[in-house]
Amino acid sequence: MFRSDSHRSVVSSAAKLLALTAACGVIVCASPVAAAEPGHFGYGTVATPEQIAGWDIDVRGGDGAGLPAGTGSVSKGESVFADQCAACHGTFGEGEGRFPKLAGGKGTLKDDRPELTVGSYWPFAPTLFDYINRAMPMPTPHTLSADDVYALTAYILNLNDIVPGDFVADKDSLPKVKMPNHDSFLWKDPRPDTAARPCMSNCANPADIKITSTAESRNLTPRTTGPLDTMQPK
Amino acid sequence: MPPNFWRSLPVVSKSAARRNPVLARRSFLGLGAALTGTFALDAARAETAEISPPADAPWSQSLGAGVVDRPYGTPAETEAGVIRRNVPWLTAGTESSISFSPLQDLNGIITPNGLFFERYHAGRPDVDPEQHRLMIHGLVERPLVLTMKDILRFPSVSRIHFIECPANGGMEWRAAQLNSLQFTHGMVSCAEWTGVKLSTLLEEVGLKKEAKWVMVEGADGAHMNRSLPLEKCLDDCLIVYAQNGEALRPEQGYPLRLVVPGWEGNVSVKWLRRIKVGDQPWFSREETSKYTDLMADGTSRGFTWLIDAKSVITFPCPEKPLSGPGLYEIRGLAWTGNGKVKAVHVSTDGGINWQVAQLHEPILSKALTRFSIPWRWDGKPALLESRVIDETGYVQPTIVDLRKQRGTNSVYHNNSIQTWQVKPDGSVFDVQIG
Ligand code: HEC
Repeated sequence: MFRSDSHRSVVSSAAKLLALTAACGVIVCASPVAAAEPGHFGYGTVATPEQIAGWDIDVRGGDGAGLPAGTGSVSKGESVFADQCAACHGTFGEGEGRFPKLAGGKGTLKDDRPELTVGSYWPFAPTLFDYINRAMPMPTPHTLSADDVYALTAYILNLNDIVPGDFVADKDSLPKVKMPNHDSFLWKDPRPDTAARPCMSNCANPADIKITSTAESRNLTPRTTGPLDTMQPK
Repeated sequence: MPPNFWRSLPVVSKSAARRNPVLARRSFLGLGAALTGTFALDAARAETAEISPPADAPWSQSLGAGVVDRPYGTPAETEAGVIRRNVPWLTAGTESSISFSPLQDLNGIITPNGLFFERYHAGRPDVDPEQHRLMIHGLVERPLVLTMKDILRFPSVSRIHFIECPANGGMEWRAAQLNSLQFTHGMVSCAEWTGVKLSTLLEEVGLKKEAKWVMVEGADGAHMNRSLPLEKCLDDCLIVYAQNGEALRPEQGYPLRLVVPGWEGNVSVKWLRRIKVGDQPWFSREETSKYTDLMADGTSRGFTWLIDAKSVITFPCPEKPLSGPGLYEIRGLAWTGNGKVKAVHVSTDGGINWQVAQLHEPILSKALTRFSIPWRWDGKPALLESRVIDETGYVQPTIVDLRKQRGTNSVYHNNSIQTWQVKPDGSVFDVQIG
């Protein structure tokens, strides 16, 4: 593999040299270090289809491109979830302690304290498959079968009332699931969204300058001297 | 000569004592371990007085440790408190969490490698550089697998750039919460990075005509992945293996990471193992569920990569109060993802009047820039602020301005002006004014 590849790159740079010489014959050869052609350096090895298949795990949120073969039901997802996920995320995705909630929060995005979950916030269903597959369960990421990941995806979508109890997730069904918050995203950065001007003197009325909040005595700040502060009550 | 030859000399026992001056004093005074803490402190003060001029200090009358006493150097023991710190209540555990650089103790634009802020999503992996591979594939002519040796052979470049987590200051959207420079601003650090231009690698694999987006992915348990528009990849992105002259620290992605200059830190994927070229963005979890900005009206902004101009006064600050009226140098840092810092203004009256601060060389694109201004403090209450203007003319906003646009729940990209309240006793507090 390595051999045949480095051979090929030698051939290609020889061909390039010839082409370059020919070009220089006709026009003034201004920049011999023009943008390099593929394989210019010839380092490394060409990735084999097997190598690529092993690592090519990404699933695109928008259209589900990259979703693998396999299938999973809500009910199977429920049992895998109880085994592998509930300790941190709670049996119904309610979140234990500070671990993330995976369900609920619908209609809270304009609230003072919004709850961002798969159901209330995520714009694309295939992203859920992708993330569980690549990053969960947290202690042993990327160890689940495609069938289990499909089942977990179906279960979490069902917990959020996005799919019915008989939903079966696979590479055809998932991209068709419309997420409730899908249309609320602006995928183009509108900043700068402020236009402060650099005023230098008498920029405000002293009477208007009031302290609206202070971090003093809030007891939220760890110590910044000595050893690390665990903030555990002594 | 036995290896401990010097240690057997009497002068060295003094030098060993020097490493723990309090203990040394205890034995010197013959008071032993019975000393109370307060008493020991008083003794320390007495001793400090003793060794000031005209007296000679013990370290001036003894032999120090030899070369390779510390084959990899470490800071002075008295600097032991200058460390990255975390806010325990912020996250469920430390494996998906953040630590903050001690900006209050740093003097310069380069963050020492051991103090560069950390952000992990699945802990810090121990990657074997021999086994590590970078795969580049997708819409390319010639998909490649590169070893670290291969990557080191490509033409190399060095650039100084900051990396800032867009959640820096994220706890302060609603109100002043954390009374500390380290915790309000410590998710920014700056280093000299050495590696290969991403454009060099993309030329080497050859882009197909349809190529528009690039996905980058880490080798850690999070398999952290983000989408980047091709133009940015071809512009100034770097695939780096070195940080401030030495191999990347494991905390910073050893053996290989991406650096996306001027953009939110999350896209500078660490432990980089895969680059895939495509024609659409991926909308990964890290660019949908996280790293999107929720507005007050319930809509959200995505792909808000740019770090807008920001500055902060690093002295004085809550950790470094003033010690009585007199002449001080106010110091700080400014940075922008939009190129260079053009000017920094400083106010001591809560933004009523401003003065132009001095910028210190080097002033580099997408790097921390130092500023300072002399200030004679009269001992009265003061409200210190700094405000940066970047080379596009953009002016750093107030938190009030930002809230007007974005509400209080957008978590990320709080680049507002920081206000430090100075009290007559010289103590300094994080406050917000309106
Ligand atoms: C040891 C605790 C733990 C276990 C077990 C666990 N998770 Fe997680 N999970 C987390 C943490 C912590 C995060 C947040 C990670 C981050 O943001 O970097 C998370 C994030 C998630 C998210 C994204 C939430 C959001 O809104 O962005 C999903 C979905 C998820 N986990 C699903 C699962 C599934 C499915 C399983 C079982 C296969 C599982 N988790 C097992 C701790 C755990």
